[in-house]
Amino acid sequence: MSKIQAASALPLEPAEAPRRRRFSYRIEIDPSGTRNPWWITPLSILLALVLCGIFIAANGMNPMTVYAKMIKGAFGSSFGITETLVKAIPLLLCGIGVAIAYRISVWNIGAEGQFLVGAVAATAVTIWFPALPIYGTIPLMVVFAIAAGGIWGLLTAIPRTYFQVNELVTSLMLNYVAILLLDYFVFGPWKDPKGFNFPGTPMFNDAQTLPALGDTRLHFGLVFAIVAVVLYGLLVKYTKWGYELRLIGANPEAAKNAGIPIKRHILLVMLISGGLAGLAGMAEVSGVSHRLMYGISPGYGYTAIIVAWLAKLNPIGLVVSAVLFGGLIVGGYSVQTIGLPSSISNMIQGAILFFLIAGGMFGKFRLRRNA
Amino acid sequence: MHAIEMRRIVKQFGDVVANDHVDFTAGAGEIHALLGENGAGKSTMMCMLSGVYRPTSGEILLRGEQVRIRSPKDAAKLGVGMVYQNFRLVATLTAAENIVLGERSSFWRGPNWMKNKQREIKGLAEKFGLAFPVDRPIWQLSVGEQQRVEIVKTLYRGAQFIILDEPTSVLTPGEADQLFETLRTMRAEGKTVIVTTHKLKEVMAVADRISVMRKGKMIHTIDKKDTNERELARLMVGKEVVAQRDLPARTPGRTLLEVNRLEVAAEHGRKALDGLSLSIRAGEIVGIAGVAGNGQKELAEVLTGLIPWRRGQIEFDGKPLRNASVRGAIEAGISHVPENRMKSGLAGSLGLVDNLLFKSYRSADRARLGFLRIGRNKAWGQRLVEEFDVRTPGIDTPVQQLSGGNQQKLLFAREIHHDPKLMVAVHPTQGLDVGATEGVHRLLAKLRAEDKSVLLISEDLDEVMQLSDRILVIFGGRIVAELGRGEADREIIGMYMAGLHGAEEEAI
Repeated sequence: MSKIQAASALPLEPAEAPRRRRFSYRIEIDPSGTRNPWWITPLSILLALVLCGIFIAANGMNPMTVYAKMIKGAFGSSFGITETLVKAIPLLLCGIGVAIAYRISVWNIGAEGQFLVGAVAATAVTIWFPALPIYGTIPLMVVFAIAAGGIWGLLTAIPRTYFQVNELVTSLMLNYVAILLLDYFVFGPWKDPKGFNFPGTPMFNDAQTLPALGDTRLHFGLVFAIVAVVLYGLLVKYTKWGYELRLIGANPEAAKNAGIPIKRHILLVMLISGGLAGLAGMAEVSGVSHRLMYGISPGYGYTAIIVAWLAKLNPIGLVVSAVLFGGLIVGGYSVQTIGLPSSISNMIQGAILFFLIAGGMFGKFRLRRNA
Repeated sequence: MHAIEMRRIVKQFGDVVANDHVDFTAGAGEIHALLGENGAGKSTMMCMLSGVYRPTSGEILLRGEQVRIRSPKDAAKLGVGMVYQNFRLVATLTAAENIVLGERSSFWRGPNWMKNKQREIKGLAEKFGLAFPVDRPIWQLSVGEQQRVEIVKTLYRGAQFIILDEPTSVLTPGEADQLFETLRTMRAEGKTVIVTTHKLKEVMAVADRISVMRKGKMIHTIDKKDTNERELARLMVGKEVVAQRDLPARTPGRTLLEVNRLEVAAEHGRKALDGLSLSIRAGEIVGIAGVAGNGQKELAEVLTGLIPWRRGQIEFDGKPLRNASVRGAIEAGISHVPENRMKSGLAGSLGLVDNLLFKSYRSADRARLGFLRIGRNKAWGQRLVEEFDVRTPGIDTPVQQLSGGNQQKLLFAREIHHDPKLMVAVHPTQGLDVGATEGVHRLLAKLRAEDKSVLLISEDLDEVMQLSDRILVIFGGRIVAELGRGEADREIIGMYMAGLHGAEEEAI
């Protein structure tokens, strides 16, 4: 960046009195947004539901009925709840991944791609080492998936660190590379010869499958997610490393003055961020689909961005919002039976993010009564 | 009738009153200096004239007519142009493009449009003695040239009232003289020129009338011919300028820092430091005086490990200092009070404890096995906050909610706590009120009494003169003079700062 003083916007008015005296209110700006009230988040969700309700009503349905059906579908039965949790696993893992990057203002929107290469790498283990026992296969799949996701993350982090390439662009673009990479394998060399031309690998054997929890579709990936979120919570709050991230996130210039190597941290954080998304990809192929196939992710990596944002990067918040959005996906499926497309859940997701960001912006303003 | 009249202007920012019933007038064909210390409210007044702020109450009259200035655009229409301290230029556009930016013209400008504009701008610039290359992008121009672009921008837009906010703070003395010539030309054209400044010499050199502000209030308006620097200084600070601080005499100890022919690169192949040598002994305060941009910033950054040096040696406490290692500097015992505390010294959104931990979180006292000792650190932070009398609603309050003085106390608490041998303090009292400034000075004196050294880099010559055992004058990236305590004389220092005593007299 050039060091000379470039044009900057005029300073914003910190306090402004209205000209007309009869209004005894004034608007204050709090640019730091430190006092953003808690109710912005629930309000955003509510407004998103109202907005989507209008579209549902325009489709000739009663929004309340639809929402009730979605909630019932996602949380109303033990099947619904386990399905919701199954969806929450990749959302939580990817959500932690992007959250850790967002902590130091590295805008990784490439969790989708990191997820997919993780899935591909885990599958590679099953193709290359088909006869390993479960105690060999599963750990090896985990290692491969984390490494692949991490490398995918580094592909974004290295240009960002050394050449000031905007990570938003590279991480997004790499998602498409990852999708095509996956397509190449499932349409090409790894296609199941007995699969009637279905774009997918052969089914995994028992040694390559994450054990189910009890008699449900819920799998061992849940343990990964819980361990990851606990570690994340401990790391960011209680460790030196978490402190360094906090400092870089709050003021990189000051972090430099404290002797913190920012570049190294960006690389490490993106390695972890990508690694977690890669692990999610492994859990998905090994725990849910039991094969690598075309279209394996319904956009978990993108939804994870909203999960992290809604949670404000807080570990408990991440769990809550991952489950919420898992429920939203499952709820979306359940309204298909009454003739609405399941993409209704995508619409709600988008609307929530929209209102959250808008709320964060308007949250900087305060309406004050004049003394 | 006055060209500009501002009546009973009040401006409040939250609970802070920046301007308290200020009256101000300036005539046509007049250079009017608005004099006051940093934070006296000069810039705020002028920003209301140029539409950046709106007054909380009060009236503004231009040529005798009451006006409402709601935006810089309004101001421009009324003929008010302001040259801000931080320029508002687009770095990648040429000077001419910056000047015509926002101008209404037909959609199709034709091939010669810009050529003609460039010629027009060049003519206008030359008329006022403001030379700069019109067709070069801004980022290639020097700071002085950029300022000229800003001035021509206001003239091009037909400004009759031209405000310059601290215009000489970025200029060399020669450039400043040139600027004054330009201002006189403007005066001859019948324009009203207002210059805000805190430099008495400039005021006496260029102004016709002088208004002095102090703490948001208008103190006095006076013709230049009826006053002198001494009186202005008294009006500005409210009392006679304080002489040297009474520091107990003491013999400095061993040599602590030895900098030998240091060379640091700047942009465009220039040298920011050009063979700079200096030494500091234990228990002395060494002040660096100089016009901004002569290498002070780089000197501070190289000593604190933020930037590398190319040639030369730095020896600290008998050992060579690691090149470009902040941790190396911290561990060697060099602490740093950076130029802009909120930009690089503190993390505004974090609480007090996190801000205190900056330099010590790696130590065994603050963290064990990679985990911070949270409870212990909180108690430790609380003790430091009390010891340094930081006024805060709570230990977890984001530090951006503290006042400037309390932020600086917090920063000093952190920097002093880790027991430095040398403190590099850059503009340590910038933006602080009198009481907080006094507190900072006391802390620096206390360090000296504890046999620690301070390298005080400040644009405030008074501050340097008050506190320093020795004053080194920096010019063009090297030390050009050394003056002992007592022999310091404003005039002599000023000459060296302006580079008037040639390099052949290089001291040390």
